[in-house]
Amino acid sequence: MKIQNKIRPITSALLTLLVFSTASPSVAVTKSSKPRPKPTRARVTKSPITSARAPVMTSTPAARSTPAPPPTSAPLRGSLTVFAATSLTASFTDIARAFEVAHPGVKVTMNFAGSSTLATQIQNGAPADVFASADTANMNRLSSARSIEGAPAIFTRNKLMIVVPKGNPLRVKSLADLANAEVFVALGAPGVPVGDYARQILTGAGVTVTPRTLESNVAAIVNKAALREIDAGIVYITDVAVDDYRVDGVAIPDRQNVIAAYPIAVTKASRNKAAATAFAAYTQSSAAQAVLATYKFLPLK
Amino acid sequence: MTNSTTRHRMERRGKPRAPITLCVLAGLGAALFVLPLLALLVRAPWRQAWNIVTEPEIRTALRLSMICSLSATAISFIFGVPLAWVQARLDFRGRSILRAVTTLPVVLPPVVGGLALLLAVGRNGIVGRYLFEWFAIRLPFTTVGAVVAETFVSMPFLVLSMEGAFASSDTRLEEAAATLGASRWTVLTKVTLPALRPSLIASGVLCWARALGEFGATITFAGNFPGTTQTVPLSVYQAFETNPPAAIMLSLVLVIISLVILISLRHRLVVRA
Repeated sequence: MKIQNKIRPITSALLTLLVFSTASPSVAVTKSSKPRPKPTRARVTKSPITSARAPVMTSTPAARSTPAPPPTSAPLRGSLTVFAATSLTASFTDIARAFEVAHPGVKVTMNFAGSSTLATQIQNGAPADVFASADTANMNRLSSARSIEGAPAIFTRNKLMIVVPKGNPLRVKSLADLANAEVFVALGAPGVPVGDYARQILTGAGVTVTPRTLESNVAAIVNKAALREIDAGIVYITDVAVDDYRVDGVAIPDRQNVIAAYPIAVTKASRNKAAATAFAAYTQSSAAQAVLATYKFLPLK
Repeated sequence: MTNSTTRHRMERRGKPRAPITLCVLAGLGAALFVLPLLALLVRAPWRQAWNIVTEPEIRTALRLSMICSLSATAISFIFGVPLAWVQARLDFRGRSILRAVTTLPVVLPPVVGGLALLLAVGRNGIVGRYLFEWFAIRLPFTTVGAVVAETFVSMPFLVLSMEGAFASSDTRLEEAAATLGASRWTVLTKVTLPALRPSLIASGVLCWARALGEFGATITFAGNFPGTTQTVPLSVYQAFETNPPAAIMLSLVLVIISLVILISLRHRLVVRA
């Protein structure tokens, strides 16, 4: 009285194969698909820095502000991979396009993700030429691991803001409202710049918030607010500006806010250091600064 | 294993010698799985191992993973076994479509599953908005949400293997029981299911193992917060960016659990001729 109860071989093989295969992290390696507020290519001018090939990645602020050495004759060429913080998605897509116009021989590929994700990827050998971080902590992590060339330069600054679903259904007005248990709050995870800035702000304001979720980049917070799954989050003012058709922002007063400084550097492993150095310098040019300003980034000083 | 011992074993079992090319390709194929495992073992911070595994955050993640994966397995049994029976035994229109849909999460990227769940039963989802309006039930960012995500991804494994078991089991005993006057429910609970006990166990354990390793649907649908939705795989993902030694140790814990499961199930999952 033997009953055949074995699982069919094809099904079994399939199951065995798939049992581990599906647990892959969803690292955001996407190009920008966000709509941009304004076309910004009109301001692409060839400043002396634009075509500079010389090392502008200098260590002191004084040296940074001096004009770049005269352009050299050899045109830049080849491909360039730029790893940039999620909050730079819209602006850097424009800046990369403008850089390509200024240097027709160079093809720029962007990789946007949370700065901590990018720093980890670069540390583990990801092929980045340039790294633009939303905070100095993640850049310093790469500096101390000797993964970047020279000293990084601050190229822009940002402020933070409370993001809420369109219409602000729970009437969030201030940081103190985030402490309300009925308000579902999303923050960046530890190590993710937008999360670390937010915790700094909340600590400074003396507000204790128990977030419902810790996201790995700022876009994930904005998306969850746009889907109305969270009631509030803390993001950059530039994120609210670029997505203002689907989320609203509540300002954080300057006395409670922090200024996020964005450093940029060329990686040690870069195979196109000339173009990488030029790109890093280009982000500080007046043309790039104008693009950043249209997205509400703060001026350098 | 050297070539001579392989050959020796082959001859002893009276089987033909394997072609060298085949062995080389098989070896390279196996290396793809062996090397990463080896790397985890080599790079593991063995000296701090115990301290890491007993850290409060890690213990929280381990406990949450156990709760969520066992709950997901229990739910999968309650709904998955009936689903498998229906798919295996009943002949109805749209059966092949139902089969495809209930198997989809096996091949679907879990992050897509998480997104779909969010749009279905999220607070603003097509069903979720009524759950929230009428019952104040909010699934995303809760432990229940994590269980839902894990069930979505793991139940198809149970359905798939139980359907196979139902389809290939001998129906003559059931017919005999029926002719002796047993009701349909009695036949199912006293004849069919007891006979399939080994398959039930194997499917359940497989389902549990998959739930334990769930990442994409959980982080998309349920979010990521220690103690409520941050299961071990999510914890590994986050620790990789902030505390790599902990990420390696947690990965090893998952690998060991999964290996034990697979080794113990090997004779059930692969039918020998």
